[in-house]
Amino acid sequence: MTWDNHFVVMVFPYLLKGLQVTIIATLCSFAVAVCLGLAIAVLEKITRGPIFFLISGVTHFIRGTPLLVQLFFLYYLLPYANITLPAFGCGILGFGVHYATYLSNVYKSGIEAIPVLQWEVSKACNFSPFQTWRYVILPQAIRSVLPVLGNYFIALIKETPLLSSISVMEMMGEASLFGDMHYRYLEPITMVGVLFLALGMVARGCVGSMTRILGVLREKDDHSASSLKGPYENSKMDPSENLIS
Amino acid sequence: MTELVLSDLLRSVLRGLEITVILTISGSILAFVCAFVFGLGRVSRWRFIRVFSVCYIELFRGTSVFVQVFWLYYALPAFGLLLSPLLAGILGLGLNVGAYGAEVVRSAVQATGRDQYEACCALNFTRYQTFRYIILPQAFPRMLPVFGNNMVELMKASSIVSLISLSDITFQAQQFRIRTGQTFLPFAVTLIVYFILYLGILFFIRSVTRLANPQKVKV
Repeated sequence: MTWDNHFVVMVFPYLLKGLQVTIIATLCSFAVAVCLGLAIAVLEKITRGPIFFLISGVTHFIRGTPLLVQLFFLYYLLPYANITLPAFGCGILGFGVHYATYLSNVYKSGIEAIPVLQWEVSKACNFSPFQTWRYVILPQAIRSVLPVLGNYFIALIKETPLLSSISVMEMMGEASLFGDMHYRYLEPITMVGVLFLALGMVARGCVGSMTRILGVLREKDDHSASSLKGPYENSKMDPSENLIS
Repeated sequence: MTELVLSDLLRSVLRGLEITVILTISGSILAFVCAFVFGLGRVSRWRFIRVFSVCYIELFRGTSVFVQVFWLYYALPAFGLLLSPLLAGILGLGLNVGAYGAEVVRSAVQATGRDQYEACCALNFTRYQTFRYIILPQAFPRMLPVFGNNMVELMKASSIVSLISLSDITFQAQQFRIRTGQTFLPFAVTLIVYFILYLGILFFIRSVTRLANPQKVKV
């Protein structure tokens, strides 16, 4: 049995259908993860004592256990809690929460990289805690971690095939189904791999230009905020140093 | 009745744990070897090896580990190569994480200052000596924490092999769910066991990092 182009042509429409689901699922999950991750990061920074340990314990637990099992857990157990989500919603929730725990770490590193001076200046200007976070800390922290967020976005795309295990028909699910029907897995699965490579490249390009555009916009936005910077400090961080870890 | 169920669950989980641990350890060893071979291959003198390494890294980093494991298990038989699920799992996980590790090795080696190479050149070290006695002792401790993260990723990704009919913990939990109709128990236990594995890996990496303390291997 060797490569058969006929099958490639046959499977392609199914894969394109799956590709749509993959892209939508990625975007939705990432939107959940970005918001929830920021909330977790800020909560971990402003809470003390038992609540802090609870939050960081739970995020550690989620980070340390496989996403697949978490998806099964949600998929099979939410109905018992009288929450009936469609499989797709379950997947978004699982992916969103799992990646939120990753992203919260990223945000935290961004927040921690902001010099203490900024906090002191905010206090001196009589900013409320909310104002400090909203206008001083977060804009800078988020801007500095944008490239890392992009990396996680690309990583998220590559984990979406897990959705097929809870019966969401994304690309891999369509390929497996096609394979089961025709008893030929070589072409479908290889094509899924090729499409993932292409998707990854497109995503990398998008993330790159998005980071650049957002970075520039924020720069203009925060022109007033940047005057808060002390004279001696060098707050321009090199975002690439976060890329490896 | 409950005792029977619990002992059944315990037995299944332990049986699955064995497979997961085997997968994690052999996968990590393969990944470690791949990381070094291809990470150093990327900075090799020979163009062919460089191109080959880049192809490997981009291929395995660009596609999902899920697709790779499935490809090895379902698509490779088309070329007459029938892998057992365990072998397909180890190969898929090891090669995938190895590609990520290769980038870690490359960046750690390249992060070593240029002056170090120049000093080695001045001392008339061979390339092997430069690498073995100067570069590696400095680069290795730098790689370790990231290797730890990669190992955790590998352990977590090992749950995917349950979908190619290898009976790891996740698979056993699924079977238990189907067998008994219990849902909460198997998955909660599975999550806890994975978390314990995670803590174990963290502890292991921390001890190794302490052993490879840069103060001790300073040249």
